[in-house]
Amino acid sequence: MNKSCIVIKDVSKQYGKHHVLKNISLEISEGEIFGLLGPSGAGKTTLVKQLAGLELPSSGENVVLGLKMPNFQAIKRIGYMAQSDALYEDLSAKENLLFFSSLYGLKGKKQQKRIQEVMQIVELTEHIPKLVKNYSGGMKRRLSLAIALLHEPELLILDEPTVGIDPVLRKQIWNAFYQLNKQGTTIIVTTHVMDEAEKCDRLGLMRDGSLTAIGTPTALKADTNSTTIEEAFLVYGGDKHED
Amino acid sequence: MRIRALTIRILRQIIRDKRTVGMLVFAPILVLTMLHLIFNGDSYVPKVGLVNIPNTITDNLDLSEAEIKIYDNNRDAKQDVMEQVIDGYVTLTGNQPQVYLEGSDPTINGETIRWIQSTFRSLEKMPGQEINIEYFHGSDDIGQFDYFGPVLLGFFVFFFVFIIAGVSFIRERTTGTLERLLSTPIRKWEIVIGYVLGFGIITMIQSIIIAAYTIYVLNMMMEGSFIYLLVIILALAFTALTLGILISSFANNELQMIQFIPVIVVPQVFFSGLFNLETISDWLSWIGPLTPLYYAAEALRDVMVRGHGFNEIYIEVIVLFGFSFLFIILNIVALRKYRKI
Repeated sequence: MNKSCIVIKDVSKQYGKHHVLKNISLEISEGEIFGLLGPSGAGKTTLVKQLAGLELPSSGENVVLGLKMPNFQAIKRIGYMAQSDALYEDLSAKENLLFFSSLYGLKGKKQQKRIQEVMQIVELTEHIPKLVKNYSGGMKRRLSLAIALLHEPELLILDEPTVGIDPVLRKQIWNAFYQLNKQGTTIIVTTHVMDEAEKCDRLGLMRDGSLTAIGTPTALKADTNSTTIEEAFLVYGGDKHED
Repeated sequence: MRIRALTIRILRQIIRDKRTVGMLVFAPILVLTMLHLIFNGDSYVPKVGLVNIPNTITDNLDLSEAEIKIYDNNRDAKQDVMEQVIDGYVTLTGNQPQVYLEGSDPTINGETIRWIQSTFRSLEKMPGQEINIEYFHGSDDIGQFDYFGPVLLGFFVFFFVFIIAGVSFIRERTTGTLERLLSTPIRKWEIVIGYVLGFGIITMIQSIIIAAYTIYVLNMMMEGSFIYLLVIILALAFTALTLGILISSFANNELQMIQFIPVIVVPQVFFSGLFNLETISDWLSWIGPLTPLYYAAEALRDVMVRGHGFNEIYIEVIVLFGFSFLFIILNIVALRKYRKI
């Protein structure tokens, strides 16, 4: 197995009496595409926010790229894309890209080059000068992804990156993920879409704040004698699945 | 570098929002113009000093309807005028009454003069003899508007900066861009300073336009230097900005931000000198020194009406920057909710 990119050690999180994460332990290797699969409210977002340095665990610790989170050296090497698009709608795509790339210290020719490159990856090159408020939902999602890629992060944390995006576009975005992955980027994706889960190298199944199973899609299916991830999820996850 | 990027982004956003730009500049101009046209006075009990006036004369005077203080030399009386203990004093040169006024509040001037004239008229043996009045500050043509104008100028800057900064920070939170900002290596203090600089530049331009309009078009009294005026306004704007951002963390949406106006902004007007501070009941008056507008209004009046310079306003300016500094610290602490480092 490769070097670990992420080590989650016995992490729990509670807000008041509500336990959002319960004793999660997980290792993700460099160069993996790791999927966190589970229904809404399973704790996927809380877990990836901790990995991005935006939340602290109540107990346990997260080590990302060899550094205990939160840590600025690690943050610089992570690309994070939240569930919301988090764009400045009154600015153009170009101005959004300029702003966020400056925060990572990009400037001059290098900055212009990266802006062109990431917009090519998400196929929005011709829409660079447009105001974001004139973008469609799918375009905003892709621009949001492009921003997360600007500083060539070693680790991409993507929270439901393809939610609300049509199948053709979803395929394009996944092609972009494979392309980045081939260049060595580790990718963590949360999803509640089962067919998307099949595209990951390994999967973690989450339910009510617990990690119920970890394995490759094939292994998970084989272990449960299922033909689909959905069936496997039902076996591990208990009785009901809500979306 | 990161601060610069944030400052540029804020400037771009504001400039693109034409209506907000319009509100920042034209709303204050409209209201100040209206106030200029409608202001008028009300009654007041003058505080008058009597300097070396023989008992034989004072016995014959009706000294009711005023607070009287007796002095035996001009210097003490002048000292008290300067410290605004009394509104003015009367002395005799030869047999002629000579009046000295503090002079910066037109209502007080008018009431004091009126009282002195009616009181001393009984002494006048020769008709047509005029009392000489000299003003330490202001002049006999100072109007209500000249006295209230500086307060209103400060109020508008405070009000608009507070709202616009607060609302844009709420947007930053609700659209998720704040979270995205915090997922980048930007430091929390850099976010606050970037906001302060971006809005500081906007406020500077806004203040220059509004102040120039009130002074040169509405002819508001301007005795001091324009630079000092801008220093005070900038200090006040920083306070409004940092307070607006801080208050916005207690609001979940724009409407809730608006709800803070009657709680945070309006009460400051009561303690800014728009209404006479001495008429405020004792159990409320302690609030005044806790409100930023109180200091800004005093300093603005010092510069615009009394023509004072840096020596008289620096304390107020320092207090305003102190407020800003405190709010900046509290903002950085408040941002810990979103990222611990």
